Order: sequence, then C-alpha cells, then structure tokens
Amino acid sequence: MSTAQLRDTITTRRPSKGALVAGILAVWLVAWLVLRGTHTLPLGAAQLTGLHEWLNDVNDSIGANRNSNPLFLYFFNIIRLIVDEFTTFIQTVLSEPAFDSPIPMLGWLGVVAVAGYVCYLVANIRVALLAMAGLVFLGLQGLWTESMDTLALTISAVLIALLFAIPLGVWAGLSDRFNRLITPVLDFMQTMPTFVYLAPLTLFFLIGPASATIATLIYAAPPVIRLTAHGIRSVPRDMVEASESLGSTRRQTLTKVLLPAAKRTIVLGINQTMMAALAMVTIAALIDAPGLGKTVIKALQTQDVGTAFNGGLAIVVLAIILDRVTTAASAKARPSHTAPSRGAAMLRLPMLIGGGVLAAIGVWLSRTYVWAAEFPADVEIGSTIVRATDTATEWVKDNFAALTTDLKDVVSATLIDPLQALLVQSPWWLVAAVIIAISVVIGSIRAAVVSAVCLALLVGTGLWQDAMTTLAQVLLATVIVMVLGIVLGVWMGRSPRVDRVVRPVLDAGQTMPPFVYLVPFLALFEATRFTAIIAAVVYASPVAIKIVTDGIRGVSATTVEAATASGSSTWQTITKVQLPMSRRALTLATNQGLIYVLSMVVVGGLVGAGALGYQVVAGFSQGQLYGKGLAAGIAIVLLGVMLDRMTQAAAKRADRPS
Amino acid sequence: MRRTRIASTRLALGAGIALLATLTLSACGGAKVGEDSGSSGGGECGEFNIAINPWVGYEANAAVIAEVAEQELGCNVNKKDLKEEVAWQGFGTGEVDAIVENWGHEDLKQKYIKEQKTAVEAGSTGVKGEIGWFVPKWMTEKYPGITNWKNLNKYANLFKTSESGGKGQLLDGDPSFVTNDEALVKNLNLNYKVVYAGSENALNEAFTKADEQRTPVLGYFYTPQWLQTQVDLVRVKLPQYKPGCDADPEKIACDYPTYDLDKIVSKQFADENGPAFKLVKNFQWTNEDQNQVATMIAKDKMSPEQAAKKWVQDNKDKVNSWIGKD
Repeated sequence: MSTAQLRDTITTRRPSKGALVAGILAVWLVAWLVLRGTHTLPLGAAQLTGLHEWLNDVNDSIGANRNSNPLFLYFFNIIRLIVDEFTTFIQTVLSEPAFDSPIPMLGWLGVVAVAGYVCYLVANIRVALLAMAGLVFLGLQGLWTESMDTLALTISAVLIALLFAIPLGVWAGLSDRFNRLITPVLDFMQTMPTFVYLAPLTLFFLIGPASATIATLIYAAPPVIRLTAHGIRSVPRDMVEASESLGSTRRQTLTKVLLPAAKRTIVLGINQTMMAALAMVTIAALIDAPGLGKTVIKALQTQDVGTAFNGGLAIVVLAIILDRVTTAASAKARPSHTAPSRGAAMLRLPMLIGGGVLAAIGVWLSRTYVWAAEFPADVEIGSTIVRATDTATEWVKDNFAALTTDLKDVVSATLIDPLQALLVQSPWWLVAAVIIAISVVIGSIRAAVVSAVCLALLVGTGLWQDAMTTLAQVLLATVIVMVLGIVLGVWMGRSPRVDRVVRPVLDAGQTMPPFVYLVPFLALFEATRFTAIIAAVVYASPVAIKIVTDGIRGVSATTVEAATASGSSTWQTITKVQLPMSRRALTLATNQGLIYVLSMVVVGGLVGAGALGYQVVAGFSQGQLYGKGLAAGIAIVLLGVMLDRMTQAAAKRADRPS
Repeated sequence: MRRTRIASTRLALGAGIALLATLTLSACGGAKVGEDSGSSGGGECGEFNIAINPWVGYEANAAVIAEVAEQELGCNVNKKDLKEEVAWQGFGTGEVDAIVENWGHEDLKQKYIKEQKTAVEAGSTGVKGEIGWFVPKWMTEKYPGITNWKNLNKYANLFKTSESGGKGQLLDGDPSFVTNDEALVKNLNLNYKVVYAGSENALNEAFTKADEQRTPVLGYFYTPQWLQTQVDLVRVKLPQYKPGCDADPEKIACDYPTYDLDKIVSKQFADENGPAFKLVKNFQWTNEDQNQVATMIAKDKMSPEQAAKKWVQDNKDKVNSWIGKD
C-alpha cells in the first residue's frame, strides 16, 4: 500500500480519529502497569556518557587552538571586527560617548525628534506621537542610557540580520529545495537554547559587542526569513505569470512583482525579528552586553524585584514602540492601502518639511545644550515604580502564600506526577511506539518518520529520562496555554474593546524578562515544576491568544449573523460556528504555543523544573558538564522538531475538506 | 473621518512647533555640552579589565579594588559582567585581566593554568568560603539535634514537598557550584531526594520564605553570601572533611571543604607586573569586610561604587597596605 493510499484509508476512517488516539493511550496505560520501571534509561546528575565527554573535548580543543587556527585568524576575526565596528557606531549615535564629546551623537531630545520623524515617514502621525511619548517615558524611568544601549544593540542585530535574512528568505520563497534545506536550520536556531552557545560564542567572537550582537541575531533572524519566504510564496500565481508573459526577466519579476506584493508580510517578519531580539536582552547581558538586561540581572542578584521590574518595564515599552511602528508600517505597505485624500496629500509636503526642520532643531539642541543631551535626573518616576512594585509584591506574598502552596500541591499531585510517572517509568520503546502511532493517527506517515528519527536521536543523547520529564511539563503547559488561548481568544475576537485592553498585557507577557515575575512566583510556588509551568504559560499564551483572536475575527461576519438570526445562542454561535470555522487557527495556535513553551524549558530549569532545562544551565556554568548541557540542548531541539512536525501535519489535515 | 485626520495632523504639527519654540527659548543660557568636562588623567596604570562574576560578594571585592585602582593608581578600569566560565576564557583572548573571587574550580585551574597556560594564581583574598547544608535558625530551636546529619532521617517528613516524591527534600542547585549531594544522600543512607532549584534566586527565595513564614527548608548554600546577613541560617554537620575524602565522586561521604577564596589573573597581566597587578596581588581582607560592603549593596541599595567608596574611606590602613603607601 502506498503512502497516499494509506493516508486515504486513514482519512476515510476519520470520525474514529479520537477513538484511535484513546485506544492507543489505553493500551499504553495497561502496558505501563505491567512494564513500569524497566528500560527507563536513567542517568545520574554527575554521570556523563561518551558523547558528553567527546563534546567537552571538542569545546576544549577549539579554545586551545583559537590563536593559531587560520579559520580564527582570518574568518572569525574579520566578522568580529566588522560587527564590532558597526555595533559600536550605532552605540555612539544613541548611547555611548562619541569621539571627543562626552555625549553620544544624539542627546535624548535628538533621539526623540528623529524617532518621531522617522516613525511619521514609515507609518503615521499617531504612531510617531506614541513613539515619542514612549521614549520620554524611558527617560522618566531614569533608564535613558540603558534603554538606548539596548535599542542600539537591537537595531544593529536586526539590521545585520536583515542584510542576509531577506535574500535568504527570497531564495527560500523561490526554491522548494532550498526551503526544505533551510527549514531545519531555522528550527535549530530558534529552539536551541542560547545558553548552550553563549560561552563558545565568546571564544569565536570574544567578549564584547560582536558576541552580543551575533547571539541576538542567531535567535532573531529566523522569523523574518520564514515570513519573507512565506510572503513570496503567497503571491498569486497569475500575477507572476502575467508578468512573465509580458516578457519580464526573472529579476524584473522579483523586484517589480514579487517583492512589492510580499512587502507587508516581510515587514511583519521584521516585526517578529525585533521582538525576538528584545527577548534576548537579559541573556546577552550575561556576556557583558550593555543595557537594560544588566539592570534587571543586577537587581535580581539581590532579589530587588522593584528595580528589576522597572528595567523590565522599559524593555516592554521599547517592544511596544517597535511593534506598533512596524505594524503601522506594514499596514501602510499593504497594496490595498487607501491612497491619502487630496487634503491629506496637500498637507503631506509641508508636514514632511516641517517635521524635518523640527527634527533638525531637536538634533541641534541635543548636541548643544546639556538639558537636551542628558535626560534631566530630577524629573523621574522610576523610584515610584520601584516602590510601588515592592509594596505590591510584598502584599501578594503575605496574603497568598498559603493558598498558592495548596494549589501547587494539588496540581502537582493530580496532574504533573501521574503524567510524569507515565512518561518516565514506561520503557523507552513503549513511549516511542506510542508517539509514532499518534503521529500517524493525527498527522501523517511523514510526521511519524520524523518522530521516529527524533526519538532515536533522543535515546542517543543519553538523556532520555530527563527528556521525558521535560516532555511531561511541556505537554501540560501547552494544554493550559490552549485553554487560555481559546477562552481569551474567543473573547477578544468577539469584542474589540476587550482586545484593546488585553493586548498590551499580552505584549508585556511576551517581552518582560521572565525572572522579573519569577522571583515573586518563587515565593508563592517555591522552586518547583509548577513554577516552571506557570512561567512557560505566561510567555506562551500571548501568542496562542493572538492567533485564536485572529482566527475568530477571520470568520465572515455574514456567517455569524446568519447563525444569530437563525436563533443560535451566543454559546451555540461560538461552539458550532466560530470555533469550528477557525480550526486552522486553533491548530496553528497549538503549534506555536508548543514551540514557545519549549523555548522556556531553560528558564524552567532555573526555577525548579530540573531535567533538560537544568542540564543546559549547569552546562553553561560548569566546564565538566558542558558536553552534557549541549546534549540537553540538542534534546530540546529534537523534542521541538518532533512536536512541531506532528502538529503541523495535524494542521494540514484540518485544512483538507473532509 | 478624513477631516479629523487632517485636523489632528495639523494640530500635531502646530503643537510640535510650539513645544520646540518654548524649549529653544527656555534653553537660552542653559549649560552647553562639553563645557565642564574635567580631564581624567591616564596615569601609568593604563587599562585594567576586571571580570564581575554574578554574585554580590564578588561584586564587593571587585568594587573596592576598582575604586582603589581608579582613585589611587589612576587606572582606567573596565568592569565586565561575565559568568565564571566565560571570564576564564577571557584570559586567553586578552579581554580579562583579573578574577577577584574564585571558589575552588579545580577543573578550570587545570584547564587554563596548567594546560593552556593563560592564567596564573594571585593569592588568597583572605575570605573563607563555606559550602554546606543549611537550615533556618528557628528550626534548631524547635527540632533539637537537627543540625546533626545523623538525625536528618528522623526529620525527613518535615521536609517533604510536592517535588520530593515522598522523601525529604534537599534543595540544591545553584548550578555554578559543584555539588556532591546526590552521592552524599546515597552514601549516608538518607531518606532524602535532591531537588534542583536551578538558580541562586530560587535558593534565596526559599530561605527567605523559610525564615519569614517558618516553613521548613533544608538546602545547599554557602557563605559569605549577602542573604546570610539578613536571614539566620545554621549549617548542618556532615561527617568531617578530611583531605582526599572527596577523591572519588561516587563514594563521597564527607562534608565540603572550606575554600580559601583566591584571585586569578591572566598570565600576560602578571608578567607585565604593573600597578594594577600589584594591587590585585596584595588585595586581602576578611569575611566581615566583605559582608560590610555586600550589605551596603544588597540591603541599603547603594551602588557598588558608592559602597566601595565608603568602605575605602573608613579603612585607609588596609587600602594603604595594598598599594604600599604608609
């Protein structure tokens, strides 16, 4: 039977898909009762396998030979030099003293003026005002220089990323073969924990701006590559054919048809890349990257939640500015964007000139007078934010600790423990068989093959048991993320007002450095797996909620009206019309939710999750555990690829009309 | 809709001009950039790159050394925030000159001092480091004998948590430090499970909560550490450490040794033998000194620079002995 036939047979039996999965799980449970505790592949905390030791040796030999190896002398050193120069240049514009002057090239007023003007050019006046207000707020927080350091690093990482990401994305959009080749590389870049390559990176590119920029762009570049490719692919075939039939060359088709049509998606990719770059701020601070990350980390060394929150809030403000500006720019780039009215068009030229003059005056002032160069220290709200946060944290700790401990105990005993026991105590081959079978049932044969390969490699890392412990937590966190995603997503999708209120909170959840809220969580829930799951939920649910919201909103208004008119209650409209019709968004939300949860495994390891996350952190901190940490990082990537392919195959199936 | 958009645009432009005009007017007579920049002398010391490892005690050492190097020797001090491993790597690439509080790390010494020959030892900081198992002080009053490991099994029930699978919980886990705890639990036949908290933050919170809310905690911790100046912790006695008893990691059944916290510098920095190197080499103080500075940073929320300045002013004799002044 060919794959296609097999797929067809399974599809025809489609109504029993749920029953099949239930059957597989039932068999698993029975087998677990009989076989538990055998073939579980355990490995002690201090134990290493041959692979781990070999990875240690590789790392050591790189370090020992870096001064004599031609690859270092010519290749890496040159990259480092260029990136260093570029990042340092942007820093001298925004944050670091430039040349002989005690201030950067632009003082705070200059930055605000230029930012406002640029935002007006690429987006609109409303966003420009928002950006200017946001920047002034950073100054009021008492974090101007730190914020500009972070902004400089983000800008230079994103610009360098775009330099190669857009060509790569275009290539991946045009060539199926290249797309297949680069997809796993991008998966790797996004799911491999940064901790794993942070230390080696300083061997290649030394401690300094280059390493910080490169660490940031490794994590941040994939979204724009993916979305550029996606944008190019989504251009309607007939547009391309029309262009070709008119005798355009390939280059002309690309620059005149494909790129303009894909512009909006590409800008969306830039937006995602910026957000990802900001998420790296605190991690880059571990290798001496200047900016807000340092503020947060230093404050947390002394459990100073207030100061850490102030720093985290500045990161959130930066993120919101960058997000709103690029979103508005992307809307403007939309081909259907309405041409400005005649009145607005007449105003445009004076506005452009006027704005330019204002920006120039701002720059001149900021280079001339101290008050416009250095943000005045006597007007500030930072200390108020710090105090208010401290008070609130103490209050929550004092009043909720008993309640939260009970909650944590109940969830641990009824959900985490049983699932973990099932995964960890089953023989490895049983778990593998179950996962492969489920891949076939909900996904495809192809997904099952990917699962089989990933599982085999997972056994090879020597960290099977840790991987299963982590998998249990990842699955639970994803379920919670999806419950939140559906409830809030439906609510936000149905009510724009709710959307407006909740969205900034979601943005904060995505960009606030996790430790800022984890320190109080540690007081409430202690260093436990539960805390780790909560951390993952906070970070991952915003993206799921946003996708579900988008899906609900995508259901055509006439369909919903028809349902209401035919007498459906609100509940019926939601469950019978809106949710089923946004099935594709729901599977996509599950997929993204999973990937985001996985990216929090390492943070979980810092607050009591143990398992793979802890191994990665320990590997970063102790030389002899480096190889084991790297293996744990690879195990996380493998889990990610496996779950991603499985849910994507399921999503594809959901797309096919039954 | 269109009308309002034009109106709001016009309004914004007008407001912008008005705002800038006022700013420009009010700026007349304001201080100008670059007018009062005092010249900072270079001195013979030159650049001095000091690693800042991420804990408060280390920061105290580094801040005081940096303060003296800047003020007394005229060095241009660059503080680099780095984790230990990365800092040791930095010796080889010439980006780090000194690490000023090192906890053992025999493996790193082997790699960078013996094998790669990029680092050398620069003597003790005078601070004694202890690693061990700790309980909050109130528990010693309520549960007699709890600080002796032989009684730990009797109290195992107290330390049960959702993570420890029916046994007592031994909370481990600042991943930066070597731990023998799994072997210890096994070899001492303790009915405990090692739970990895994973970060110093997690341990700090656990002990703070244990102290404030009287929840029992048994955990791996160390001293000097800033939290110990605010929360009373008592060390549990394990079988006494004897040299060599920790030779085989699988068979360890003795307590952790006392660490003589020392300084490590890059080979090149030592060979040049400049004033900054001499300062690092001569730098020595006590646990109490470090705790004073650490408390100013952690509890009184002073910046490390302010804290160091204050301590240096109050301790001229010590400082002078480091830089060879009378």
